[in-house]
Formats: sequence, C-alpha cells, structure tokens
Amino acid sequence: MSTAPVRRSGLQRDILNLYRECFRAARLKPEANRPHFHAFIRMQFRKHSDVKQRDFSTIEYLLRTGKRQLKVFSAPSIEDVTV
Amino acid sequence: MSFSLAKQSVLGLTRPVLKYSVPSAPVAIARTFATEAPAKKTKTFQIYRWNPDQPAEKPKLQSYEIDMNNCGPMVLDALIKIKNEIDPTLTFRRSCREGICGSCAMNIGGSNTLACICKIEVDSKPTKIYPLPHTYVVKDLVPDLTEFYAQYKSIEPFLKQKTPLPERENLQTIEDRKKLDGLYECILCACCSTSCPSYWWNSDQYLGPAVLMQAYRWMIDSRDQFGPERRQALQNPFSLYRCHTIMNCAKTCPKGLNPGLAIAQIKKEMALE
Repeated sequence: MSTAPVRRSGLQRDILNLYRECFRAARLKPEANRPHFHAFIRMQFRKHSDVKQRDFSTIEYLLRTGKRQLKVFSAPSIEDVTV
Repeated sequence: MSFSLAKQSVLGLTRPVLKYSVPSAPVAIARTFATEAPAKKTKTFQIYRWNPDQPAEKPKLQSYEIDMNNCGPMVLDALIKIKNEIDPTLTFRRSCREGICGSCAMNIGGSNTLACICKIEVDSKPTKIYPLPHTYVVKDLVPDLTEFYAQYKSIEPFLKQKTPLPERENLQTIEDRKKLDGLYECILCACCSTSCPSYWWNSDQYLGPAVLMQAYRWMIDSRDQFGPERRQALQNPFSLYRCHTIMNCAKTCPKGLNPGLAIAQIKKEMALE
C-alpha cells in the first residue's frame, strides 16, 4: 500500500456514505431483485455526474433528495425496481 | 325540392345561433363604451423561480406584468392569472382562496402571509414574491414542510385522558371553551414559524411558534389530562426556551393570532411547576 489516503471534503464523504447506505439497503431486498436495485442506484448517481465539484448548493440539494429517496425505497413493502 | 327543404331545416336550426350571434356585437360595443375611461394599469410581479429538474441552474426572479383592470384584488388572483395566461410552469400551492386552508403561505413584499388574503398594492413598484424563508424549496413557491409537520406530530396534538372513556360527550363549560379562543383558529400555515429568526437557526430542535401554540392549546384544554407531561416534554434548552420573544410570529400571523403570548404562558406555567 504505497498510495496516500485520499483527502475528501465533508460533502464528498456524505455522498460516499449515502452511496454505501443505498447498497446496504439493497442487501435487505429479495436476492433475485438485488441487481435491479444496484443498477437503479448507479443510474441515480450517474445521472448527476456532470454537476460541478464547487456547486455546493446543488450537491446539497441532490444529497437531500437522495436521502429522501433512500427512505422511500428502503421500505420493506418495496421489493423490486424497474430501471 | 330536397335542397330547399334542407335549406329550410338548416335555417330553422341556425335561428337560435343567429339569435345568439347577433346581439353579441352590440354588447361588445356597449362594453367598450362603458369601460372606455380606465387607463391601462399594469403591475409587475417578481416571482422566485427554481426548477428541481435543472438543479444546477440557480434560482432567479422572473418578472410578470399584469393588467390590473382585469385581475382580482388579491395576490393569489394575480398568481392564478399568471399561471393561466402567461406561464403555466409557475408552481404554487393553493386551495380555499379564502384564508382557511393555509396552503398559499408565501413571502410577499418581505413578509410572510397568505396570498389569498393579501391585497395587491396598487402602485408602480413591483411586488416580490418568494417562498417561505428558510425552508427547503420543492419548486418555485412550494416549500418543503415535512419537518414542520413532524414537529407538530411530536407534540401529540390530540385529546389525551387518564380516566376511562366517558359514556357520553366530553363536556366543557363556556368559560373553559373561551380559553381556546385565539388558539384553535391556527391553520398551521407556517407563516409564523418561518418568520422567527430563532427558528431559522434552530429549526431542528426548537419547535417554533405555530407548534408551541398548539402545544399550549392542548395544555389548557379542560378535557385534557396530560398537561404536566406535555410541559415535561418541553423541559429542555431547545424545544421551548429558544423563544426569545422576538414577536415576529404575532406580527406576521395572517389570522391575527399571538403565538408569542401562548409561548409566554407555557413558560410561566413551567416556572410555577
């Protein structure tokens, strides 16, 4: 391990944490449908990959909507998504 | 032969149409004669616009010009007119148009009020309309009130009793009922809470004037038996005591209520306990 650990801003860490939480939540879904959830999560994040790194207000907004979406989708009644 | 018959029947059919169409022209002329005098009164509205579908685009103020001669007197009338005739993408909440539902709460000309009971000021200056301050914006003039409703839920705004359910109605004396006047009228439009600087900075922990006034409404209800417990739940530095009697709440309340007074009463009762 020669590479130095990457220094990340608080906002970047928040985004990564949200990404991780999404995948953790996907683990609670029926096994057969998990790939759908994984594809869905990646699609949702990739959709906004063109947002500028310094555009904090936009990133914070997307983070808030992402958290709300996670709350909705992690309800046990939701078993599958279609991308 | 058949042609003339058809013509007759057509004439017969078109008679009523003719009847309607003929007088319409004189009426239109008469109207223009009657309303000849008023000069064109235009009013500019500058409205906050932000679209969540383009999150990278910054919020902006968009100007709309309205002819006041054919527009209702309230700001909501102007908003509906803009949405109907100029820009259908303009988004705002509205429902009752008479100040009882609290949907159209927004910041008009610098103060929070209900668009439906706020008169348009007839002058040459533009009126600025923003969503409620210090709320997350869903779109244009629509604020996200999830937090506000969660706080309202946290004070358990319903009748709670320790004694078993009564056989019949829960009766109340006229004097006890009078205590609720000035409290029960609150429509939870969130105008007061979002005008409170203390709530701006501590909206996660401080309950805000609207919710505290409802808390007080249940504390002094003669039929409710959980007063001490309700007060105990507020016994911390933030929930209640972030009120510094700034009194923006009473100033802005579109229903003319005084949440500041209700909060002071809770504080007094808690001090005496």
